[in-house]
Amino acid sequence: MSAEARDKDQVANGGNLLSRPVKVVNIGLDRFAKELDEQSVPVVQVEWAPPAGGNAKLAALLAKLGS
Amino acid sequence: MKKIEDANAETLKRMLSGDPVLVDCIPAGDAIPALKAGMILHSGPPIGWDRMCGPMRGAVTGIAVFEGWASDLADAEKRAAGGQFQFAPNHHHGAVGPMTGMTTLSQPVLVVENRTFGNRAYCAINEGLGKVMRFGGNDAEVLGRLAWMRDELGPALGRALRDMGGIPLKVLISRGLSMGDEMHQRNIACSSLLLRLLAPALARTMSDSKVLERCLDFIGRNDQFFLNVGMAMGKSITDPARGIESSSIVTAMCRNGTDFGIRVSGTGDRWFTAPVEMPVGLYFPGFSEKDANPDMGDSAIVETVGLGGFAMAAAPAVVGFVGAGPASEAANYTRLMGEIAVGINPEWTIPSLDYAGVPTGIDIRRVVATQIAPTINTGIAHRQPGVGQVGAGVVKAPMGCFEEALVAFAEKMGVA
Repeated sequence: MSAEARDKDQVANGGNLLSRPVKVVNIGLDRFAKELDEQSVPVVQVEWAPPAGGNAKLAALLAKLGS
Repeated sequence: MKKIEDANAETLKRMLSGDPVLVDCIPAGDAIPALKAGMILHSGPPIGWDRMCGPMRGAVTGIAVFEGWASDLADAEKRAAGGQFQFAPNHHHGAVGPMTGMTTLSQPVLVVENRTFGNRAYCAINEGLGKVMRFGGNDAEVLGRLAWMRDELGPALGRALRDMGGIPLKVLISRGLSMGDEMHQRNIACSSLLLRLLAPALARTMSDSKVLERCLDFIGRNDQFFLNVGMAMGKSITDPARGIESSSIVTAMCRNGTDFGIRVSGTGDRWFTAPVEMPVGLYFPGFSEKDANPDMGDSAIVETVGLGGFAMAAAPAVVGFVGAGPASEAANYTRLMGEIAVGINPEWTIPSLDYAGVPTGIDIRRVVATQIAPTINTGIAHRQPGVGQVGAGVVKAPMGCFEEALVAFAEKMGVA
């Protein structure tokens, strides 16, 4: 079994992902990334927020305007 | 929406294809025929005397005395409160002005002609730093300097520029960016390059060596001399981009010390306003944020065309001057502004970003979607009339303008 197939197999089976060193990509709230970083876990923070800061009315307009 | 993308491509094309040339310096009354006695053009969106901030009131009373419309500052204040002066934004008359942005009949204005579209834009001459009218200064020293600019410097600049046939500005900006200017709070390179071009023509067109000395000395000692040239240039570039149906690109950002206003190409000349923010920055010795007036001036026209805060990566030195963090942060400001712009300017590039072009064409959709507000580098005026500049800093355009504009734009597009 290839490494890629093994990884897929582990994910599909909810397998032992945490049995090896973990690398994390965190999207949105940066507190999760900070806490992992404090534990020396490699982590990449992706800045993300809901469109229009979560304002549903503006987000709906943006969707219609093709943003 | 394809209609919007096409319209924005046209707006960006118009902004990028502009050919601004500094062609003249003439009295404002000659440049702007609508100007008349008692009429005062100011920075920002429309505002009356009752809502004007301290430095704006200081400048209004000072310019009224300067023009001979009042006997002294107290008389000017009484007349202003009594409705004897007519106020209008510079932007309504093809002009811009830094900070308080006073433009009146006899002041000389720099004339920038956009030779691609044939339009002209105007801005008064930069007075230097410290106690000056644009920061609300209005004492005898301030008015005396304005009189000298009206009587000697303005006419001299006009003669020199006409003799030269004008100074193309696009290439000057390009060189300035490679020499560490961002054209808002740092104009040392462009001011020097401009003086280098102007000096021979000033000498050629002037017989009095003492006047020549005063003009060269004034320009040479003023690191911000180019700011007002760059502002007129910005106005000349954005005016042809106004009124393009279905375009969501910003064509003006300005503030009057009370309100911040923007215009969007697809919604014509309507203003969208919100209360101005307080700049965050560094203060001159003896002053603090308690002394500061909220954000002010038409100078954000330079950010509207991709300079100032949008070109911060070109000017690491300015990051420290405006108290915006370490110099290494400069590139991040420009990258962040790239998130809200529809394109880049391939002729205005930044060496430290591997010659990437400055982000250009602020799209209100992107601003609202990302909640990333345009970053503006700015001077800070004292909140009281008559004091002047007390620092420099960075300010965010208030999100409220962009959200209000988005709703109006959506209504215009028939999707609200």
